[in-house]
Amino acid sequence: MEGHKGGLRPPNQVIKGGFAPLTPRGADTTLSVQDLWVEYRTRRGTVKAVRGVSLDLCRGEALALIGESGSGKTTLGLSLIRLIPRSARIRAGRVIYRRDGQEYDVLSLGSEDLRQFRWKECAMVFQSALNALNPVLKVWDQVYDTASAHRQAYAHRTRQRALDLLRLVQLDPERVLRSYPHELSGGMRQRVLLAMSLLLDPQVLILDEPTTALDVLTQRAIIDVLRRLRKELEFSLILISHDLSLAAELADRVATMYAGAIVEIGDVYETFYRPRHPYTLGLLRAVPTVTGQMRDLASIPGCPPDLVNMPSGCKFHPRCPYADSRCQEEELELAQVGRGHAAACFHWQQVQYELEAREGA
Amino acid sequence: MTGKLMELDHVSRTFPVGNLRVRAVNNVSLAIERGEILCLVGESGCGKTTTGRIVAGLLKPTAGRILFEGRDIWAMDDKGFKGYRKAVQIVHQDPYASLNPVHSIYKILSAPLFRHGLAVTQQEAQIKIRELLQIVDLTPPEEFLDKYPHQLSGGQRQRISVARALTVNPRFIVADEAVSMVDVSIRVSLLNMLSRLKDQLGVTFLFITHDLALAKYFAWEGRIAVMYLGCIVEVAATPRLINDPSHPYSRALLSALPEADPELTRTKKRVVLRSLDVPSLLDLPSGCTFHPRCPQFREGLCERQAPELAQIGDNRYVACHLVAPGMAS
Repeated sequence: MEGHKGGLRPPNQVIKGGFAPLTPRGADTTLSVQDLWVEYRTRRGTVKAVRGVSLDLCRGEALALIGESGSGKTTLGLSLIRLIPRSARIRAGRVIYRRDGQEYDVLSLGSEDLRQFRWKECAMVFQSALNALNPVLKVWDQVYDTASAHRQAYAHRTRQRALDLLRLVQLDPERVLRSYPHELSGGMRQRVLLAMSLLLDPQVLILDEPTTALDVLTQRAIIDVLRRLRKELEFSLILISHDLSLAAELADRVATMYAGAIVEIGDVYETFYRPRHPYTLGLLRAVPTVTGQMRDLASIPGCPPDLVNMPSGCKFHPRCPYADSRCQEEELELAQVGRGHAAACFHWQQVQYELEAREGA
Repeated sequence: MTGKLMELDHVSRTFPVGNLRVRAVNNVSLAIERGEILCLVGESGCGKTTTGRIVAGLLKPTAGRILFEGRDIWAMDDKGFKGYRKAVQIVHQDPYASLNPVHSIYKILSAPLFRHGLAVTQQEAQIKIRELLQIVDLTPPEEFLDKYPHQLSGGQRQRISVARALTVNPRFIVADEAVSMVDVSIRVSLLNMLSRLKDQLGVTFLFITHDLALAKYFAWEGRIAVMYLGCIVEVAATPRLINDPSHPYSRALLSALPEADPELTRTKKRVVLRSLDVPSLLDLPSGCTFHPRCPQFREGLCERQAPELAQIGDNRYVACHLVAPGMAS
């Protein structure tokens, strides 16, 4: 076994079927999520963390999932590699992964295939990444463990790959491989994890809050490194963050999540300059910028919904300035509001109208 | 306008670590005027929280003096110091850790009232607490009195922390990353509530944050002080500091900041640092502590002498040999 093709066995059945509605035409998708539902069982009742999410991730694309805490971003990310905790259950939906013309149904992969799928095909760097390294092993031992667990047991080849990647994330590779995690700063550890996540040359990389808890200058270094990595290695990226500025920096497309559903998805410039969902608009209005004029800022009234007892109809209606009786009864699905841009709101045209009027003024 | 309320006079604080001593705050001098907002900005480990705790009277400086209305607080008698602790309150970062989980909101807010004799009967306390809850926008107050912290959202808890700080009618509030743990969508309303306290109750603020954008928004009419490795490197009125920073470190920070605007953030000019590594506080660089990273480093000067904070303009101070030459200590 060698090279990255050794891992995943060809599927028993090739899945044919429906692309979600928003596939940019002509681009091939690496990962398709189709009507995914994920729940947690708790003493209080069922937490509906992901509710009917469909999205396509294209080859080489960076997609940002934004939203407040508890909007289901992380659960969605974990579901893609089936790493959700025991209390959670994927109730419905499909996750289709494509490689070399083959399609794989991630949700029905057997345990060995799933193990190969993770990291080798689709790697994830978790939120508490700074604690993700084993404190009693040197970095090199952790790198080698990863490689051998994925049947890439040639030490010298693994080492070469690790050296290349560490150099790419602007670390002194020899020194870092010899270090214990505590000898590295937070920013260095985060870069080690980025390099390790790419060790097996995955097609998809999922980053959960990659720069939260890092200082501004370190954050900048990570952003620059990510940009460079994407250019050199051409993987697809899913970026989970509550930080809009990170999405503005790195994403090609942005999906806004609220109460477990995607309420708006579109090109990054579209989303930031021409948002059509009142929640996205509200988020953008709530964040101050340093450069440029003093913007009028406003908070979104109320607080995020309780995922056990959710409001009827559109889940955003209790906080939404545009809400009317229709919103209380019916929840809309995503519908096209512009080129490659979709939103789930009855009043998106009113949002557009007011934004344009404001710009004109 | 009406003179200095709080003054830090060459304040330092060290902590023992094994056989060594860490200099968390190094020779900081600052004056905060009555009714002013001063933002202390810096990265983690720069000493901003320690400075906040020193100002709140929770930590004694190892050198230097804290003057409140011109009186040295560590030279005060017990009664004077108790008065000081009443006049200066602190709001902590983490609203999940700063409220006692087994006490109701009523109990949390009434304790300081009884402790300081601001209320004698339960009835008096009730009235006062209702007022406070209204000030921090938790309405109707009756709904909150019997609740426990776990029943409130992060934003609501932080409002309770502010209400608790207000129980003793403080004149000065130290807000240490007070909105950092609150969801983005409600941060602004918290900040607006705090600014209202300044306008209506005349509270003076030391606002500590790592987020320059927040500092800009909250302290537009005040000043920003930038800290690096225990020292203040620049102090200026907020608009000047944001639009035209002088110290190389302030410039680097502002240029590195990602912004929630794709066009802007992708075309921003960046200051490139010479090194990404933050020096250890246990082994600080010689001379100017920023010299190993500074893009304007001048050999033979910066690594030899520590620059002192010097005035370079109207109400504007910088500690840098190249920006304010000839001011070396």
